[in-house]
Amino acid sequence: MTDTQWETYEVFHQSRRGRPHEHVGSVHAPDPEMALQMARDQFARRLECVSIWVVRTKDVTQTDYQDPNFFSRSFDKSYRDPKGFNAPAKIEPSSDPE
Amino acid sequence: MSEQSHDQKLAEFESRIAAGDKIEPGDWMPDEYRQNLIRMIGQHAHSEIVGQLPEGKWIPYAPGFRRKLILLAKVQDEAGHGQLLYRAAETLGKSREDMMDELLSGKAKYSNVFNYPTPTWADVGVIGWLVDTAAVINQTMLAQGSYGPYARAMKRICYEESFHIKQGYDAVVALAKGTPAQRAMAQDAVNRWWYPTLMMSGPPDKMSEHTARAMRWRIKTKTNDKVRQEFVDHIVPQIRALGLNVPDPDCKFDEKSGHYRFTAPDWDELRRVVNGDGPMNKERLAARRKAHEDGLWVREALAEKAKRNHVA
Repeated sequence: MTDTQWETYEVFHQSRRGRPHEHVGSVHAPDPEMALQMARDQFARRLECVSIWVVRTKDVTQTDYQDPNFFSRSFDKSYRDPKGFNAPAKIEPSSDPE
Repeated sequence: MSEQSHDQKLAEFESRIAAGDKIEPGDWMPDEYRQNLIRMIGQHAHSEIVGQLPEGKWIPYAPGFRRKLILLAKVQDEAGHGQLLYRAAETLGKSREDMMDELLSGKAKYSNVFNYPTPTWADVGVIGWLVDTAAVINQTMLAQGSYGPYARAMKRICYEESFHIKQGYDAVVALAKGTPAQRAMAQDAVNRWWYPTLMMSGPPDKMSEHTARAMRWRIKTKTNDKVRQEFVDHIVPQIRALGLNVPDPDCKFDEKSGHYRFTAPDWDELRRVVNGDGPMNKERLAARRKAHEDGLWVREALAEKAKRNHVA
C-alpha cells in the first residue's frame, strides 16, 4: 500500500501586508511545493491571505512544556516593563541644597 | 527535574484544566484522556469525510449554477474539516493513515446522521439547516474544551459551518416560498431528518457512561442532553416561522422550564446506525473505499515527483 502519510508541514499565514505571519495549523504533503498548495486549499479558502510560509514540522525546535525552569525569572525583572516604574507626574519643587 | 508520582501529575493536570488552561501536545496527560480524545477527534474527522457523500451526490443535479457552486464549496469545506481534525488527532500520537484504515475497514465509528439517504434536493437544504445547526451547537461547546489543538480546529470549523447553515436555510426558504409541491418536499425532508438530527448529540446522559469524567477533564463542556435541548430550543421557532411543522405532536414550549419539550428519539436506532447497521452505511463505506482507490494514482504521482525533486 502506498504511503498516504507523508511528512507534515507547519503553516504560517499572513492575512494582509504589514501583519505578522501567524501559525494556523499544519498539512501533510510529499514536498514543500505541494505543502504550499495544500496550505492554500486548507487555510486560504475564504479568509484574506497574501502570503503563506510552510516549514517541515521536524525542522521546528521547540521548548518543553515539562521544563518549568526555561521561562522562569530568577529575580524581579519588572524594570523591563513600563509598568515597573512609578515616578510621579508632578513633584513639589525641592529647596536648593545650600 | 524531580520525578513526580502519577498522582501528583494527575493533580497538576486537573488543576490546570480547572483553571481554564489548555492542554497542549507534549504535556503530560492521563492515558484515558489521550485515548478518549483520539477516539472522539477521529470519529469527528471521519464524520466530516463521510459527510461529503450524502450531499455530494447532488452536486451534478443542483438547481442552477449558483447552488452548484455553493454546494461544491460546502463539500470542499467538509473535506478540509476532516483533514484539520485528523491533524489534531495526530498530535496525540495516532497517524492519519491508521485512522484512514480504521474508517475504510469499518472499524471506526462516525456520526449516525450521514447514514440516511438523500432522495430529494430538499435534503441538501435541510441537512445544511438542521444538521449543521446541531453540529455548530456541539462544536461551539467543543471549542471551549481543554485540548488546545482540538479547540483551535473547532473555532475555524465553526466559522465555516455558519456558512453551511446559511446556505441550507436559504435553500429551504426558496422551497418554503415555492409551489405546494416544493413546500411538501421541504416538509418531507424535515420529517425525515428530525429524529436523526436529535440523535446526533449522542445517547442521553443517563445512558452515557463517561460523561462525568469527560466533563471534569473538559473534553466536553456540556452534556449530550444539554446540547440537544439547546438545538431544539433554537430550531423549533425557526421551523415554525417558515410555516413548516416539527414532526412531533408533543413538541411544545414549556413555560415553567423555558424550554421546548420533545419526544426522545429511538435510542436503539442510534445504536444500530452507529454500529454499522443504518440504511446507508454500506453505500457510504463503499463510496469512501472507491474514492480512496481512485485517488491512488494521484498519491503515487505526487510521491514520485517529490522523489525526483529530491534527487535533482
